[in-house]
Amino acid sequence: MIKLVVNGQPREFDGDSSMPLLWYLRDHAHLTGTKFGCGIAQCGACTVHVDGSAVRSCTLPMAALEGKQITTIEGLAGERLHAVQQAWIEEDVPQCGYCQAGQIMAAVDLLKRDPDPGDEAINTLTNLCRCGTYPRIRKAIKRAAQLARAEGEQ
Amino acid sequence: MSINPQGDWLADLETIAKPSAKTGIKLDRRGFIQATLSAAGGLLVTATIGTGARRAEAAGVGEIGLFVRIESDGTTVIGARSPEIGQGVNTSLPMIIAEEMDADWASVKVEQLPFGIVSTEAEPGLTWKYGPQGAGGSTNIPDAWSDLRQVGAKVRQLLRQAAAQHWNTDLDRLSTEGGVVRHADGRRISYAALAGIAATLPWPEEAVALKSAKDYRLIGTAQGQVALREIVTGQAGFGIDARIPGALVAVVARCPYFDGELESFDATEAKKIPGVREVLVLPGPKHGQPITENLATGVAVLANDSWAAIKGRRALKIRWKPGPYGHESSESLDQQCRELLKGEGIRCRDDGDFDAARRSAAQTIEGNYRVPYVSHCPMEPQNACVHVQPDRVLIIAPMQSPSGASRVANQITGVDRFNIEVRMTRVGGGFGRRLTNDFVAEAVHLSKLSGKPIRLLWTREDDLRHDFYRPFGHHQLIATLDGRGALTGWAHRLASASKYYRRPNLKPEDMWTPEIYPDDFPAQLLANVRMEWFAVDSGMTRGSWRAPAHTANAFAVQSFVDELAVAADRDPVDFRLAILGQGQEYSYSGHGGPTFDSGRLAGVLRLAAARIGWGRKMPKGRGLGIAAHFTFGGYAAHAMEVSVAEDGSYRIERCVCAVDVGRPINRSGLEAQMIGGTIDGISTARNLEIHIAGGQVVESNFDTYPLLQMADAPEVEVEIVDSDKDPSGAGEMGIPTAAPALTNAIFAASGVRVRSLPIGPTVA
Ligand code: FES
Ligand code: FES
Repeated sequence: MIKLVVNGQPREFDGDSSMPLLWYLRDHAHLTGTKFGCGIAQCGACTVHVDGSAVRSCTLPMAALEGKQITTIEGLAGERLHAVQQAWIEEDVPQCGYCQAGQIMAAVDLLKRDPDPGDEAINTLTNLCRCGTYPRIRKAIKRAAQLARAEGEQ
Repeated sequence: MSINPQGDWLADLETIAKPSAKTGIKLDRRGFIQATLSAAGGLLVTATIGTGARRAEAAGVGEIGLFVRIESDGTTVIGARSPEIGQGVNTSLPMIIAEEMDADWASVKVEQLPFGIVSTEAEPGLTWKYGPQGAGGSTNIPDAWSDLRQVGAKVRQLLRQAAAQHWNTDLDRLSTEGGVVRHADGRRISYAALAGIAATLPWPEEAVALKSAKDYRLIGTAQGQVALREIVTGQAGFGIDARIPGALVAVVARCPYFDGELESFDATEAKKIPGVREVLVLPGPKHGQPITENLATGVAVLANDSWAAIKGRRALKIRWKPGPYGHESSESLDQQCRELLKGEGIRCRDDGDFDAARRSAAQTIEGNYRVPYVSHCPMEPQNACVHVQPDRVLIIAPMQSPSGASRVANQITGVDRFNIEVRMTRVGGGFGRRLTNDFVAEAVHLSKLSGKPIRLLWTREDDLRHDFYRPFGHHQLIATLDGRGALTGWAHRLASASKYYRRPNLKPEDMWTPEIYPDDFPAQLLANVRMEWFAVDSGMTRGSWRAPAHTANAFAVQSFVDELAVAADRDPVDFRLAILGQGQEYSYSGHGGPTFDSGRLAGVLRLAAARIGWGRKMPKGRGLGIAAHFTFGGYAAHAMEVSVAEDGSYRIERCVCAVDVGRPINRSGLEAQMIGGTIDGISTARNLEIHIAGGQVVESNFDTYPLLQMADAPEVEVEIVDSDKDPSGAGEMGIPTAAPALTNAIFAASGVRVRSLPIGPTVA
């Protein structure tokens, strides 16, 4: 029996402990916002936060998650949208939208590590977007940094 | 069935809107709405879009026609009829309706309509309920321009009529604005207050007056796509997120050989995996026969959840038998092309006398280009939820052609088309991959075979290895220049594996039509033009890949024009402008016609050149490159500034995309499509190729098929021409010129001419 916390809710899982977190979230926790893109940690569509850091959930087995805190795209917003989500809306980032949950989770993680990321820092993101939304993602990350600062100053 | 060159999905749609033998009116894709309206008969008219109040007894609910519902709180719900694959149609099409009905965009909510067909009662046949529902060929905007403006205008008309009734006044005293009807005397009433009455009024049969463009408040503005909030909070429903209660997850091992066979398999270990429920053989197409359902034979594992199904498939022991293409390889295809080009091909165009031009030429130049197979790999792998029951079928899937899904389900199950419910989800990318419904066919087969609802899941490996790939080909271009360096003759000889592969009702003489578009540049601009095609025999399944042959041909043609400018010692922009000549309309028989305007192409070329600062003196190791092309009714040009380092690595320093797609509808969406098309073009040109070895696809996931990442993605400076011409679509125009602008800039920076794609991370 694996006990973990997903978006603030305690959960238990007693299925196949080799199951990657991605499939647990999508099939068992009914949280389908986290997406499947490659299954080999190459695309980032499945990015979630484990204990506050971005990880690719498609290759992370449930066995490694005992006692961990998971945040998915569904759990990112509080009362208000997260600054990154807000910036994504203001820059009209998504096209098909499929990669965007992962992009957002990766961007939130980047901003935690570097609250004012320049182009070099943004270039370290390796999440794939088949629709080619990178230029708007870049703008939105910079905008999110501003929004977060403005929120902090309030 | 006639195959429509360049738009197989258009052909697919034509089988729905059957030509009317009785009336002699051809109810084709674009014309059927007008045609049915003018064909008199009331019954026929009920088969057209937006007819009648849906339910008279629904008075008060406010359903006005088929597309609009106004709720009592003032929310205007507008139905979106087409698949949203990221091209933004769930925003742009409702914007067109909202504009004409004068709705307040801030109060609009968009809902996806289901797939809808109705029978044409005047004679047996089917037609669209909501108008064309598909995503391909960049046709959504032009189609909507011709029918959805009327829908919006008719809703507005009914709301005015309702106000006239309400106030007992004359219609011509009433105007509308932002969700309100205004009386000339200053009184105002909201649409919400009128919706109940409007819903009971008869739908206008005759066309009503449309707004004049100067009164547009919404069309031409920049609006964020309507699903933004759902997307950023993880609530947007993609196909892969759909669920049918009790469904088993299906993961299929498909034959890896082109047209190969299943020899034997052992499922003992697979069945031991907890959660695995059943292992089934999925029948595939017959050898060499048309592929009308799923594309390969396979063994399916049905399980309680995705992971069990994936593990179950891994545990299968299968022996596959190579088919007739077991020895095919990328090298053998290259060899085949070289041999073919030594002979004579099919003449697709032959104006003037190219041979004579060649005899009298001051200079003859030749360039050979190679364009590889590439995969669509939309970010969302293929999937489908299907439940087949004896008398009905439910399909929920990410599709570009829901009509095709309905048809293939009918073909497999025999269930009446009207009892096949097709629900469109948001689609995680299309690029042409989902014009084919092979994955829907698989799920239908598996549900029928197992008697259970099925949730089919493809992995990335499945998707990359079982695609309808962009055709591979070798292009030989030959041109003649006179003593002053002017272009006098042009020959384009293409050996390619036609996009039309194992499709039903194909004639050999049609195979070239999706490969060479005979009215493309520089046809008609030049006296001596020859286009010749050679059929490459390959077992690879092929299909429509974003802007189909335009991506391959624009690369070859726009690279070659650059080579000619160099040979003629002319500036590449001036050289192109000289070929384009005085701006003029030419006939264009292919998709995107009926005309091609050389002036508009010259326009985007000049715009891109101006924005990049064409003609600047560049430092060593830097260069500018440019390319322009006409795609499906839209005009686009790219100009890039590229630096090439000593070690051959290269970087796009600046990237401009100029576009003229007629009147812009949603500026933000249009810009997004140009950015996306550009990045797609760069990504594909730089890194991507599907290789073949031993009659199988070599690549299997993003580790070997490396899409462009953030670090290599340039900012894209989009210049939009403010045109008042009728709009074309925008989904495909941004891609064809990206690759040649990049390789032309690499040449300008380094002197290295890239003639074979992909370029790779460095140039030699
Ligand atoms: S699905 Fe996990 S990285 Fe691609
Ligand atoms: S928005 Fe479509 S994959 Fe990124």
